[in-house]
Formats: sequence, C-alpha cells, structure tokens
Amino acid sequence: MIARDPWLAFARHTPARIALGRTGASLPTQEVLRFALAHAQARDAVHTPFDAAAVEAQVRALGFETMQIASAAPARDIYLRRPDLGRRLAEASRAALETSAHNPVDLALVVADGLSSAAVHAQAVPFLAALKPWIEKEKWRVSPVCIASQARVALGDEVGAALNARAVLVMIGERPGLSSPNSLGLYLTFAPRPGRTDAERNCISNVRAEGISHDAAAFKLAWLLKEALRREITGVDLKDESDALLEHGRPPLALSAAGGG
Amino acid sequence: MPFIHRIGPRSYVFADLKELMAKATPLRSGDMLAGIAATSAEENVAAKMCLAEVPLKTFLSTALVPYEVDEVTRLILDGHDFSAFVPVASLTVGDFRDYLLSDAATPETLARLAYGLTPEMVAAVSKIMRNQDLILVAKKCRVVTRFRNTIGLPGTMAVRLQPNHPTDDAAGVSAAILDGLLYGCGDAVIGINPASDSLPVLDRLLKLMDAVITRFDIPTQSCVLTHVTTSIELMNRGAPVDLVFQSIAGTQAANRSFGIDLSVLREGYDAARSLKRGTLGANAMYFETGQGAALSANAHHGVDQQTCEARAYAVARAFEPLLVNTVVGFIGPEYLYDGKQIIRAGLEDHFCGKLLGVPLGVDVCYTNHAEADQDDMDTLLTLLAAAGVTYVMGIPGADDVMLNYQSTSFHDALYVREVFGLKRAPEFEAWLQSMHITGTDGRLLPADGGHPLLGFVAERAA
Repeated sequence: MIARDPWLAFARHTPARIALGRTGASLPTQEVLRFALAHAQARDAVHTPFDAAAVEAQVRALGFETMQIASAAPARDIYLRRPDLGRRLAEASRAALETSAHNPVDLALVVADGLSSAAVHAQAVPFLAALKPWIEKEKWRVSPVCIASQARVALGDEVGAALNARAVLVMIGERPGLSSPNSLGLYLTFAPRPGRTDAERNCISNVRAEGISHDAAAFKLAWLLKEALRREITGVDLKDESDALLEHGRPPLALSAAGGG
Repeated sequence: MPFIHRIGPRSYVFADLKELMAKATPLRSGDMLAGIAATSAEENVAAKMCLAEVPLKTFLSTALVPYEVDEVTRLILDGHDFSAFVPVASLTVGDFRDYLLSDAATPETLARLAYGLTPEMVAAVSKIMRNQDLILVAKKCRVVTRFRNTIGLPGTMAVRLQPNHPTDDAAGVSAAILDGLLYGCGDAVIGINPASDSLPVLDRLLKLMDAVITRFDIPTQSCVLTHVTTSIELMNRGAPVDLVFQSIAGTQAANRSFGIDLSVLREGYDAARSLKRGTLGANAMYFETGQGAALSANAHHGVDQQTCEARAYAVARAFEPLLVNTVVGFIGPEYLYDGKQIIRAGLEDHFCGKLLGVPLGVDVCYTNHAEADQDDMDTLLTLLAAAGVTYVMGIPGADDVMLNYQSTSFHDALYVREVFGLKRAPEFEAWLQSMHITGTDGRLLPADGGHPLLGFVAERAA
C-alpha cells in the first residue's frame, strides 16, 4: 500500500524529511505520527515550566554565585503575547540587583528560559562548566549568575546596567524547531543598557550536542568577549574570526594569539 | 476628524480614520500589543458599522501614514488611477463589499479596478468581510505572471520548492530539490533561504540550481532569498540570478529596518530585467511580507498590522513581481496568537493582494510557540485552495530544518490538487509528464529508481 521512494539513500545528506514515501497523495501513518511526536516535543519545550531552583543549584555546584530574577511578565501566556514585558525586570528583581551591585565587573552572566526551558535545563550548566576555565584564565571579573524567568534576550541589558558590567552574556533557550527542541543561544552585548538593538549584539546559536558543542561555543564566546573588551564593541562590526585559531578543528588552550587582530 | 457611532444609548467615538480601522479589525495579538485594538467585542462591531459608512473617497483625502514622511504613502497616492476608480467612486466601504460579492463584479471588471484601489480601501473592506466573503471575491481575481512558465491561470496552483539546508550543503540541497521535483513541485520557483551571507556560498547555490534547471530543461526559475543589494552584487559578478528577492513592508520606516527603500528595489528590478533570463515573460521579482513586520520595527505609525500589510502589496505591485507571498504565521504569537488568527490573516492577506492585482501566494505556516498545529495548516491550505491561491510552499515533510518552522509539504500540495482538481503551471505540468514523473491525469507515477534526476544528486554527493 505504501509507495516507497527509491532515493532514501540521499537522506543522509540532509536533516530534511525527504523520501518519506506516500499512500496515494498522503503521508504514510508512520510519518504522520513521527511528525506529531516531534511537534509535541517542541511544544513541551516551549511550555515546560522553568525549574530555576534546580538550575541554580547546579550552577552553584560549579562554583558560581547565583541569584534568581524575573521579568515583568508574570505568566507564560502573557510572556508569549507581550515580548516587551519579557525584556523588562520585575520591580523586586530590579531592586535586588541594584542592592547587590558593588564593584564593576567585566561580564554579567544571565541564564534565561527564553522560548525553551528544556534547552536551558539541558545546556546551560555544561556550557557554563566549559566557559569557567576561560574566565579563570583571562582573570575576568564576573557577576553572580542571574537565573532569569520569563525572559527575553534584551532583559540582559537592564541586568548588565544594574550590575555595572562592561558586557553581558545572555544564555537563553532558543525558539524550538521540530528537529532541534533544546538548542541554547548565546548573546553578548558590550556596554549593556536598555535600548540596545540586536544589531549591537554578537550571537552564537544552535549550542547543543548535535550543533555547536559546549567546548566550541565556550571558546568562541571567550574569543568574542576578549575582542569586545579590547575594541569596546559588539555587534555587526565585530566579526567572528575565532575559527582562524582552531588547531585541527579544535579550540586552542589559550587566547593569547587573538590580540594581534 | 472623529468618527462617531451610536449603539443604543452608547456613543462610540473614534479619534481618526486609523483608529477606526484598527478598532474595526478582527481581534489579533499584534494590535493588542500595539495598544490599538478594540477594547470590547461591542466596540469592535461598532467600529465595523462605522467603517461601513465611510465613503471610499475618504481614503484618497486622508492618509493614515503622513504623505510628507512616507514614500510608500506617496507611491500609493501619486500612483492612484482615478479613471479606474470611477466605477466605485460613489460607494461606501459597506457598499463596496456588496459590490464585490455581486454578479456585477466579474474577473474582468475586478482586473480593471485594481489600480483604482488603494491598499487602505482594500484593507477597510476586508475588515467587514467574513472568511467566506474573502474566499469568494479572491476566487474571482485573476493575476497571471510569467518568467519561464505561466503562473496564476484559472484552475492552477503553483508550488515553491524550498530545499533549505542548515549549512547550505550542495548534496543536501540537491537531495531536497530531487525530492520536490519527483513529488511534482517547483513550478513557482526553486527558492533557497541560505544559512550563509557569504557571496561565494550564494554564488554556488545559484549555479547549482541553474545547473539542474538547464540540464533537465525545467520550465521554472530559481531564487536565493538574500538581500536585494547582495543579489545586485552577485549579478555584477556574473552569477545566474533569475529572480531577485526582498522582504518588504508597508511603511518607509519598516523598509528602512530591512535596509531598503524604493530606489534600491528599483535598482534590483532593473538589474534583473537587464539579464533577460525569462523566456516567456519579464516578471523577475519575488517579495515576501507578513503582518507584524512594521510593528516589530516600531514603524507602524499607529496603523493596524493588517492595513500595514496591505500597503506592502502596493510596494510589490510597483515592480511587476512574478511572486509575492505573505509568511503568515512565521513572525510569532505576539502578532498572530493562534490557529484562528493565522487562518483569518492568511485569508485577508490573500484577498487584499489579489484585489490589488498582486500574484499572491501564502506561506501557510506556524512556529512552535504559537497555539497552532498541522490541523490548522490543513484548514488554511484548504480554504486558500478554494480561494484560488497563486502558490504555496513545498518543504520536505513540512519541516524547515534551516528556519525552524513548519509550513506545507510536497504531500500537502498533492492533497489539495486531489481535492480541488488543481493543475500546475501548464509548461511545468507538460515537463513532468515528459519526464515520466506524472501521468496524463497529473497524478504521480510509481517512482523509478533509475530516474536521471537521481544521477544529478549522486554527482553532488560523490
């Protein structure tokens, strides 16, 4: 009953759903159900409640200080309808950040649920573990890791400004695709303050096992941060040239050669 | 000038025409986000009733986005064909709906009317039309365009073959092109959204598509959906560019956020036509639009998102495009919250584009944070096929692995052809038969493991 497609061998060249076969004009049962499962997983990734306490405990176990903050969006449905609220701090969080800030830091760290809590649960801690040696090697002063709920990327601008940070890194759950429900995005912004545009940020997306590995992403981020602090910019004018330092495709042990550019 | 409408003891006052338009719009999250939506169900209907009494002529004297600051408004008003407008010049918005649905409005009269209408008139009437009205009137509109085949003939629906790949891999893209062609898709265009902005990569993709079209003599066209200035640069370097693509919006400020204005579009248009790569016609532009684009760039001037969208079609039609599509559910739930809002917007966009004389297709689609699923897409696709949509997207398994959203698939296209008896562009239909991909009835023949198209992919995979 099912007409198979004799080009299935080409499916290894693309993650796209090719050579699915057909029954009449329609998808075979198995493919309809496989698609439904992928969509269900992506939906769950959007609506899975953010377990901020668990993420906080794991981040502390890495040796970072932490604090929990929230955006002005009180619930998930409001967060999805009102991106403006997800970019602003809740009053209590703003007050807490301003109280906690003492000395200037090089980098404010924000872990944000974004559109995929599942991505943050899976990727944030191993990414921070990979980033930590770079922070230590470069002797960067960093803020406590702010664990942010119902947050959009631009929330980091307000956090960075409140913490008197030279730059902010937002580690956020990306809009889940059917084939990539748990991908983390990294957004680096120099001189954070409310009103920064996306053109003023550098982004590393698709951080997950099947995409950019945690180690590779941490190296790229360290390279970008070093350049951002040196040249005092991020965004479209700061091009990622970190690949030139890879040794046999792997990150080097130090950034020392990066200063020459 | 305020507009006032009484319902029983209550007077509803609307400060100006754009507020009236916004409050008359069927409810959607984007207008709520902008703070311009009706605040009660009754206010929404009061605004519709009030709008129905507004003379169409009012839209020629009252610009929703100021003429002085916006070149799109200037394009619309300076380019208005008053003699084409005369047959409806005495009508109100409500009368206009009645006229469009009447037997007096034939495909021929509507075609003559197109350049007499402004996007604001068309958006206004759509706000007081039900979904079935939007379908019935759109079905009567005929917009035919040509490059290497003929798009938009009665009884046909075309498909854009969208073979995107997360790293623009030649073998991966070729495999998806093969999949689409062997499923009978690709007459609208073979169009790739590239992952990379790098000129050598884009050049390679253009040459890949040109090679398959040339080798197999396929009556279709290709496009790499990159910025118009990038396409101009590629043409300067001799790349085989068929269609020039650009995302456009309905205000000058929103277009600026895309890095374009009308003069840059004109440059792209002139460059594409000078190559003379079309064999049957010279419609060489491909535009994408979508409700919410102006608001997301904070460039909406307090105008509702559906009216801004209709204004984008006025930009499109100035450049005689082969294809224009709204990417209706792509931008996210902050603009169209759920399946119901996406379906309504898809029908509105298609109606407005067709009535303005634009070859409108629809990317029937959603993202995973919208309250929508494949059933909603089936519903919208079916309604659009009934409305005579020019083309839809064809993506392997409906899952775009580069852009991370769900659209319509090659199988979905077969489904609507089966249900509605819709044919492909005639030249492409004939090619499929000559290649033994389809039979004389347009249905797929059993797949052949020795088909020469497989050899093309095997070469790229080697």
